Amino acid sequence: MSLKAFHLVFVVVVLLISVGVGAWGVRVQQIDGQGWPMQLGVAAFALAAITAVYGVWFLKKLKHVSYA
Amino acid sequence: MSAAATEIPYDMEPHPLTRMYNGKFGIWLFLASEIMLFGALFSSYVLLRVGAPEGTWPIIGAPTVLGHEILNVPLAALNTVILISSSVTMLMSWYYLKENKFSRGQFFLLMTVLLSCGFLVVKYFEYNSKLHHYLVEFDAPLVVDGEQVSYSRTYPTAEGERTVHYLHGHITETVKDEDGYVEYYKFAADARKPDHGHAHDDGADHGDSHAGAHPEIELRPSDYRRMSNWGPAGSTFTGIYFTLTGLHGLHIVGGVVVMVYFLLTGGSMWKKLPDKYANRIECTGLYWHFVDLVWIFLFPVLYLL
Repeated sequence: MSLKAFHLVFVVVVLLISVGVGAWGVRVQQIDGQGWPMQLGVAAFALAAITAVYGVWFLKKLKHVSYA
Repeated sequence: MSAAATEIPYDMEPHPLTRMYNGKFGIWLFLASEIMLFGALFSSYVLLRVGAPEGTWPIIGAPTVLGHEILNVPLAALNTVILISSSVTMLMSWYYLKENKFSRGQFFLLMTVLLSCGFLVVKYFEYNSKLHHYLVEFDAPLVVDGEQVSYSRTYPTAEGERTVHYLHGHITETVKDEDGYVEYYKFAADARKPDHGHAHDDGADHGDSHAGAHPEIELRPSDYRRMSNWGPAGSTFTGIYFTLTGLHGLHIVGGVVVMVYFLLTGGSMWKKLPDKYANRIECTGLYWHFVDLVWIFLFPVLYLL
């Protein structure tokens, strides 16, 4: 597995965990009513969106680099 | 002995069995051992947390069992973004070296080093705040000017119930006698009021914070049973927290050392064997991505859950 393939795995993991942290923040805010988990959740969703856009850009940029 | 006899095979071209050059195969074997190392520590974390007596996780008197009761989530979130960015710059470094753009490759390698140093600086501030925050345990409720200022917490143990009287806060001044021994500490108790602690004998939650009622108290060594900062010995949670994040931090330092070495010697390597240099940066990048992935899991596990 090349660095390109591992980076793709990394991007997917970051995306999934960002969505998870975002969902966690929203849920905790609903239960506890504290402000900061919601702020963290919104930031995590924003990170997930940026990561998704970056993932597409990175795949295009390294189109000619092997996965092996 | 001829030069060909001493040449290491599959140094740059893929080995027919592994389908990767030897250096990359070696780094994957190393990362497999690292997965076992961190996996064992993650398992330890789970077992310690599940087995922790009620009311002691993450530290005595915390309102919930979540790590963010004593950890700084904004700083950790900042560090998460820093490390994710460093993985991107690491990939870019390798990519530009493969594209025969040495200067750009080195530039992104330098960016990776700077981001890593940023991570370590943030970590320093985080550790520093923990090491200057104290938990003080008393055998009996601490009474100052006729008023009880310590909180109490009762939780079940194997031998029966145990009641702990405690305070959290900072030492603002250490007063020593003429022989150099500590006479007393000036101690600023936390403003935060535990949800289930009782600062009064009647057990009622009076709702006033310690900092407001007792901004600074004098603590003599004979007053308390144990005083410990929120360092590794502070509680089981801080023990595993410092073990996991400390080991991770050492991996960051190791990565920085390797990258700085390549920044300093990359020019001569590049002139002799550019493909081999790009391969070395790829191996460094694989290691770096693994270290970043570990943090990506550490952040929610330690700070949020």
